[in-house]
Amino acid sequence: MDMKVNKKLGLKERYNLMTRDLAWTPTYQAVKDVFPYTEYEGIKIHDWDKFEDPFRMTMDAYWKYQAEKERKLYAIMDAFTQNNGHLGVSDARYINTLKLFLTGVSPLEYMAHRGFAHVGRQLAGAGPRVACLMQSLDEIRHAQTQIHSLSNYNKHYNGFNNWRHQHDRVWYLSVPKSFFDDAISAGPFEYMIAIGFAFEYVLTNLLFVPFISGAAYNGDMGAMAFGFSAQSDESRHMTLGLEIIKFILEQDPDNLPIVQRWIDKWFWRGYRVLTLVAMMMDYMLPKRVMSWKEAWEIYAEENGGALFADLARYGIKVPKGWAQACADKEHLSHQAWNVFYNYGAAAPFHTWAPSEKDMEWLSQKYPDTFDKYYRPLWEHYAAEQKEGKRFYNTTLPMLCQTCQIPMFFTEHGDPSKVAYRESTYHGMKYHTCSDGCKEIFDNEPEKYVQSWLPVHQIYQGNCFTPEANPGAPDFNPLAEVLKWYRMEMGRDNLDFEGSQDQKNFAAWRAQASGN
Amino acid sequence: MSNVFIAFQKNEDSRAIVEAICEDNPQASVNEQPAMVRVDVPGRMVIKRSSIEERLGRSFDLQEMQIHLITLTGHIDETDDEFVLEWRH
Repeated sequence: MDMKVNKKLGLKERYNLMTRDLAWTPTYQAVKDVFPYTEYEGIKIHDWDKFEDPFRMTMDAYWKYQAEKERKLYAIMDAFTQNNGHLGVSDARYINTLKLFLTGVSPLEYMAHRGFAHVGRQLAGAGPRVACLMQSLDEIRHAQTQIHSLSNYNKHYNGFNNWRHQHDRVWYLSVPKSFFDDAISAGPFEYMIAIGFAFEYVLTNLLFVPFISGAAYNGDMGAMAFGFSAQSDESRHMTLGLEIIKFILEQDPDNLPIVQRWIDKWFWRGYRVLTLVAMMMDYMLPKRVMSWKEAWEIYAEENGGALFADLARYGIKVPKGWAQACADKEHLSHQAWNVFYNYGAAAPFHTWAPSEKDMEWLSQKYPDTFDKYYRPLWEHYAAEQKEGKRFYNTTLPMLCQTCQIPMFFTEHGDPSKVAYRESTYHGMKYHTCSDGCKEIFDNEPEKYVQSWLPVHQIYQGNCFTPEANPGAPDFNPLAEVLKWYRMEMGRDNLDFEGSQDQKNFAAWRAQASGN
Repeated sequence: MSNVFIAFQKNEDSRAIVEAICEDNPQASVNEQPAMVRVDVPGRMVIKRSSIEERLGRSFDLQEMQIHLITLTGHIDETDDEFVLEWRH
């Protein structure tokens, strides 16, 4: 005779018992005193219990699966290190994408940890609080595993050793840094739309999937392992982003215009940050998985299009800058890498002009724009370089007050004309790179006038070490700024051609194949 | 109608999951990329625990997919037996 065993609880029951059922309504203190930030942004929530995580992930299951992910990841990292896995990558140029990642992305993971910890504390419902707690723990795991994995590269290559110091100082790193600082200094609902929805749901696939699939394609098992391990958490993050926006919109019709403005703002802010990813995909990977344009078509136009078609029933419209971002896919990476080639003396990674073979690929992927607008530029640089006159721009660029990117983006529909916008606030003029960034500035000028713009700060004398003497006759401002960045001239920067990284990689590879 | 999709790291467990998806969703299309595999289905995708268990030859908790997941789109509904992704437009 069969024994009748009590079946364990179903997923829905477990989720209810382990999340909402563990929460309570405070009586010693008023709810609005316990959650003081939930009203000032104008968002109206009537019933927090309407939020439900569709994964129905409970904390006990969370620990179990996260522990399994960590075990897998660290086993791969050990094997990679023990096997000198860094010598298996396609080419030493590839390693520069990792420098960009460690200085630009990993510190954002840490900020996301702080952001979700803060917001998780401030949202008044148990469902979103638990989901934010999990995401906060995920994000600190991502920061830690990226630092651990990339520390192996730091043993062998230049440009990795001062990533944290540089994140707060180096000119182009103010782009990702200010993006996250902007989000984390907003209210809890805006933060959820900014990071949870606009970044995680609409844009994160463009950052992680091509980056990490690119790492795999270029033989980097280490970066592939941390990337996919992080990405396995992203599905939960994306889901939180989508559920929270639906929840806010379903709670009160007055929430729609506020949410729409945040979507317009944060889509554009996030899209601008992804400029760095576009040039990484098209120019920095020796073996490319797909072009930026193709990735944009799949992950933004196709999937993002489906998402906004679905949100239309709440009255949500496609973000304002959408059409321009779609048109600019033909130009973004080329214009960005040109700027990095120009300022290759001031970045802690190597830059280079694309080879003839690289340019064939670019012509094929960008038949309407590459040969017409960008090939002549690269051929000009290559000719100069052949004569021993590699061009380094020593005049600092004007930066956009909102996104902090140098003003190199061209006008919508005219790639030969650089776009400038101007606003006046309290008698002062402020410059922005696009209609999107101007509108963001004009909506909250009191916030963006505070931007710490690296170029302004250099000219004001705030980016030198205490030992520097700007009055000295032989004072060299660039050299002094590099000292303050903790970059070593000629070792951490300049062209890949002739770099120590290039020489070491070739020598070590030769040792690996014979003695 | 828009596609929903799900992407996994390429490994032995996800091979069984992808096979199960293809059998239970006849309109599924599989796209292999370096180290990852992505499955698209128009409108709605159902992932059944029983179909995965049949292929793995062991019991499988649908939440185990978390370990292999890379990304997905669509509204999610997960129970002990089924994981559903769909667009509602």
